[in-house]
Amino acid sequence: MSMGDRALTTGADDGGPEFVQLLTPEGERVEHPEYSVDLTDDEYRGLYKDLVMVRRIDAEATALQRQGELGIWASLLGQEAAQIGSGRAMRPQDMAFPTYREHGVGYCRGVDPLRPLGLFRGVDQGAWDPREHNFHLYTIVIGAQCLHATGYAMGVTKDGKVGTDDGEAVIAYLGDGATSQGDVNEAFIWASVFAAPVVFFCQNNQYAISEPLERQTRIPLYKRAHGFGFPGVRVDGNDVLATLAVTRKALDDARMGQGPSFIEAYTYRMGAHTTSDDPTRYRIASEVEAWKHKDPIARVHSFLIKQQLGDAAFFESVEAEADELAARLRAGCLSMPEPQPLSIFDHVYADGSAEIDEQRASFGAYLESFADAHPGGGH
Amino acid sequence: MAKTTFIKALNAGLRKAMEEDEKVLLMGEDIGKLGGVFRITDGLQKDFGEERVIDTPLAESGILGTAIGMAMRGYRPVCEIQFDGFVYPAYDQIVSQLAKMHYRSQGKIKMPIVVRIPFGGGIGAVEHHSESPEAYFAHTAGLKVVACSNPADGYTMIQQAIRSDDPVIFLEPKRRYHEKAELDLDAVDLASAYPLHQSRIVREGAGCTVVAYGPMVKTALEAATAAEGERDIEVIDLRTLSPLDLDPVYASVQKTGRLVVVHEAPGNLGMGSEVAARVTERCFYSLEAPVLRVTGFDTPYPAARVEEEYLPDLDRVLDAVDRTFSF
Repeated sequence: MSMGDRALTTGADDGGPEFVQLLTPEGERVEHPEYSVDLTDDEYRGLYKDLVMVRRIDAEATALQRQGELGIWASLLGQEAAQIGSGRAMRPQDMAFPTYREHGVGYCRGVDPLRPLGLFRGVDQGAWDPREHNFHLYTIVIGAQCLHATGYAMGVTKDGKVGTDDGEAVIAYLGDGATSQGDVNEAFIWASVFAAPVVFFCQNNQYAISEPLERQTRIPLYKRAHGFGFPGVRVDGNDVLATLAVTRKALDDARMGQGPSFIEAYTYRMGAHTTSDDPTRYRIASEVEAWKHKDPIARVHSFLIKQQLGDAAFFESVEAEADELAARLRAGCLSMPEPQPLSIFDHVYADGSAEIDEQRASFGAYLESFADAHPGGGH
Repeated sequence: MAKTTFIKALNAGLRKAMEEDEKVLLMGEDIGKLGGVFRITDGLQKDFGEERVIDTPLAESGILGTAIGMAMRGYRPVCEIQFDGFVYPAYDQIVSQLAKMHYRSQGKIKMPIVVRIPFGGGIGAVEHHSESPEAYFAHTAGLKVVACSNPADGYTMIQQAIRSDDPVIFLEPKRRYHEKAELDLDAVDLASAYPLHQSRIVREGAGCTVVAYGPMVKTALEAATAAEGERDIEVIDLRTLSPLDLDPVYASVQKTGRLVVVHEAPGNLGMGSEVAARVTERCFYSLEAPVLRVTGFDTPYPAARVEEEYLPDLDRVLDAVDRTFSF
């Protein structure tokens, strides 16, 4: 792949000229003609704290996996700003449809960070109530959730919940690899022709496991939206302020009845695809090093210091709170109840099934037979 | 009493369900102004509007995937797949998303979605228009699968399926669409209708049991009539393929000692295999002969001019019945 080809897909290494940025990697606030944020001091500090917290959640989960307590973990390292910016852009009534990496968005939606660990530990397949948090369960089949989000958004329209400032909007998360999926392209078409109030939020982290962006596209991803008939915008996904501003506008446009839009959050997956992956086999260290200089947290840290919005005591208190959360996560993970064998048969059908009941009873009796053979010992 | 075609019965059933519950939506290709390629939804968009009878873009995965989202929002979508062979683009959304949602959410998300599929052959169609995909779906936990065989069942079963809080794959025997039955739709009371997930004895007999569903029920009944005087055949309409309701089959086999299962789908790992296995487990000492299957062959569905050879017919059913008497 020549550099020419790489430029075709990415615009340029820094994201290209159309890339919306409000906070540089050095922590300088810059203006953009279309997008802005006007936050209070507490809100700036709040975003910083969010970023630190979700990175700490991620680090703890990775450690738990390395110690054998999770079967696998999909790290969000490097994508904190994309997730916090978009997650904090949502209003309570908005609905999110995540992939399996949106731990930071779930955090913003009030899902206890312990909950997603259940899936990766293997004790459940998603333990939070999607309606309580307006945050759907994780979807592992790539891109399938984009159709669910679109259908849900069509339902929002049917319910008459668009066209006013207190309307509802929907956000579908996807990655760069997912843009090749049929379901995602079908979702774009559906959303477009039905003018569904849905924002497609693509975290372009440059890799689909080992495959670089060039394997998915010949043009910058955000430019695809135009062909489907709705706006597309590329934002610095490592800039929490820009991501917040861009997503907030997209959600507001959707809730006001302007239809769908596409956001390409240009970022980088600093870690492996999951803990089972070995990124040294397909990317070079210098690329990772270059992205370290665009770290999403360091720039907010610099900004807070320059603006005198955070002192040493503040930063220490955030770190302490993050450590406290990590300790709670660890303890909570280790003490998650093991699922009972007969729970296999629960919830297969809403209306029940005599066949499943029979299998449950039969397997229960089989297990019981061991209890009889070894009193007190189980099997 | 008025004669009602299968098409009219299904249409009336959909209309009734839409009148009773405003959350019921229809989605599919060409189901609006055209009324569907088989006219099952004829007139419904005119009466219920484009918001409830939705002509979708031409993508089956999109139909199912967006239906799932609408169900999460409280709607009860009824999706029309135009022909059996076109359901496969929606396969992931059906087996990985729709079927598992209630389970993985620990009962928090219900999926009251009906997927209507005109299925089976015998209409002289080009390829992909004559298939019997039921085993794929019956094999998938979380889905319910039913097949109606006559207009009266079509009318009640579609309404029962729509009322179900579980996803239902609803198979309609397209070769029987134009057949008529004496049916007074106004006299039907859904509350006392035959339950959705129960099989039914449609002809009593003491010599041999023939189990069929969908389009093959009529074939089995014709075989039983043709054999009158020589073979006393009991015919059971399976109606529900998942969950199976085999209690009437077990009772029948305990009486007749012989069982033939008939379906259009290929025999290998088809519904007949499961019925045979379960009957063997439950009725081993009642059986006078092995359970026999009369099915489509383990080939792709053939060209229309040889489909009569591929499809089970009256003679092949009776040949199998005769063979059960030769053991």
